[in-house]
Amino acid sequence: MSGNDKTNGHGVALRVHACAKTFADGTRALEPVTLDVARGETVVLLGPSGCGKTTLLRIIAGLETPDAGGRILFNEADVTRVPIERRNVGMVFQSYALFPNMNVSDNIGYGLKIRGVSEAERKARIAELVALTGIAGLEHRRVDQLSGGQRQRVALARAVAARPSVLLLDEPLTALDAALRERLRGELNRLLRTLGITAIYVTHDQAEAMALGDRIVVMRRGAIAQVGTPRDIYFAPANRFVAEFVGAANILEAECNAGVLLLPGGRLALANDAAAAALNGHANGRIFAMIRPESIRIIAPDGAALTGEVDSVSFVGDRQRAAIGGVAGKPIMVDVPNSTPIKAGDRVGLSVDPGDIRVLAGDTA
Amino acid sequence: MSKKTFIGLCFVPLAILVAAFFVLPMARLVVTGASGHDGLRTYAAILLDPRYRATLINTILLATATTLATLVISTISGLFLQRHHFPGRAVLIAMLTFPLAFPGVVVGFMIILLAGRQGLIGDVTLRLLGDKQVFAYSLQGLFLGYLYFSIPRVILTIMAAVEKLDPSLEEAARALGAGPWRVVRDVVLPALAPAFIASGAIAFATAMGAFGTAFTLATDIDVLPMLIYTEFTLSANFAVAAALSVGLGLVTWAILALARSFGGNTVAAAG
Ligand SMILES: Nc1ncnc2c1ncn2[C@@H]1O[C@H](COP(=O)(O)OP(=O)(O)OP(=O)(O)O)[C@@H](O)[C@H]1O
Ligand SMILES: [Mg+2]
Repeated sequence: MSGNDKTNGHGVALRVHACAKTFADGTRALEPVTLDVARGETVVLLGPSGCGKTTLLRIIAGLETPDAGGRILFNEADVTRVPIERRNVGMVFQSYALFPNMNVSDNIGYGLKIRGVSEAERKARIAELVALTGIAGLEHRRVDQLSGGQRQRVALARAVAARPSVLLLDEPLTALDAALRERLRGELNRLLRTLGITAIYVTHDQAEAMALGDRIVVMRRGAIAQVGTPRDIYFAPANRFVAEFVGAANILEAECNAGVLLLPGGRLALANDAAAAALNGHANGRIFAMIRPESIRIIAPDGAALTGEVDSVSFVGDRQRAAIGGVAGKPIMVDVPNSTPIKAGDRVGLSVDPGDIRVLAGDTA
Repeated sequence: MSKKTFIGLCFVPLAILVAAFFVLPMARLVVTGASGHDGLRTYAAILLDPRYRATLINTILLATATTLATLVISTISGLFLQRHHFPGRAVLIAMLTFPLAFPGVVVGFMIILLAGRQGLIGDVTLRLLGDKQVFAYSLQGLFLGYLYFSIPRVILTIMAAVEKLDPSLEEAARALGAGPWRVVRDVVLPALAPAFIASGAIAFATAMGAFGTAFTLATDIDVLPMLIYTEFTLSANFAVAAALSVGLGLVTWAILALARSFGGNTVAAAG
């Protein structure tokens, strides 16, 4: 347990260096990926199913070995060849993987028991963790007598009990219903901050990624599409894939001339530097622009630079979402406050702050 | 016809079956056991008569040893076969399960070929040690035969159970620091407990009652089924044969019930 003195439950700085993975059957699950995670940071791996999130997490855990050349470093120490049982990682599985032959406190204390921690110390740590995760009173329950949310908490308590160097979570909330998921997401966030542990969190739910991540790694087809803070990813997506995967996005492909987008529904002014950067110094050309639905305002059609006709309106609860036709190649989505009366067939004008238009570089979608 | 009458009607064939094939013969057997000139004391003789008692103990020990050895061998091989893919694996599994169809006589015959007077082991030991080892006609031979008989049945059950193990349980244990042996002890074996009890029960009951192998190997091996046979056919001692049969049934049933209640907690928890 010498490693623990150094890390004291706050985890390590983690470095993934050029880790690729080709499975025995030839499946290329991961292209060479390099990623640095600071001590105490929570990084979310986000991406569609099959993009390699779990594979990357398992390589970090030591459950898979990367292809030749790949390395995993904990605090600069190369652990690529260290098997998982000696890596001191905490893991939370989607299925929780609680031991059915042990009760709640034996599950939580299992890692401590293996490390030879005395019974008294173990009891104290278990008491601390059940309090922290809000499952006090369930210590002697069998795990099949727990609800989904309670199991999730036991799995989390078990994973952090021995103060791991990194906490690895693979879609820990996916098995729960929507309301519980949202509540536990908040609790988890608080817990990760309290523990200050280095954590890698896998999800395909972008709302979860936004809420939990200090940084988000968006993955696609085994490679990293973008790394950034939730705000970076949302407001400044690196490419069309990220823009469409994270949040709702209108992607407009159009001719750009002198800093103005020429659309079927009118003209849309871009911020000066944005257009210039996308066109590599040319005065005009075709570009992709992304606009979030909430950045577009409905204004009176008369005199508006950009106009269209409302195709449909759907009520979302806290707002309405309108699809406006005739503006660009396909209908564009606009978030409209509930206080604004709007119905299908209305002619409307649209206004967008140039700063809210993101010109997407070298599209690969 | 109401749902209740329908269910009632479905119950009729079951009742007839139970009565015809279970209750009536059993009752007859129990009555026959007490019909000798010693009356109910024939039952007591199973435990009091030194020869009967020794045979009973022998049989239980043999069946227990067979069951335990079968479980150990089948678990190790079952885990290995289910987890590793290598050339010839399918052939090996086919060979291991091939004896499923063999009757006890054939198994006994094979034991004689292996460890009998002209057997392979005898030849090899004679050449190497100058001393011919022959054990086919003894309890050891019978033990070997029963192993041969039980392993195919048990290994299939265990392989199916291993396949159903949740791999993330083992990964979770490893992440918490458990080495390979610890994972087997704390995760794999507890999860396999229901399969051990189910397949072990069958192996045990089979070894308690198997007759063909013992009969082929020798007529003077002291196991209960052989004793019943000799009392019945050679001595025409119907009462004793019946009492011993009832005893065999009861003892087997009691030991299985014990094993099940002992493993009950694990079974429920692993479910
Ligand atoms: N053991 C394996 N052998 C062969 N291919 C595999 C193996 N494990 C995963 N793959 C493949 O590697 C790719 C990446 O899988 P991975 O499980 O990392 O995806 P993921 O991003 O976690 O997806 P999901 O969101 O569905 O869990 C997939 O195409 C998958 O089919
Ligand atoms: Mg996955």
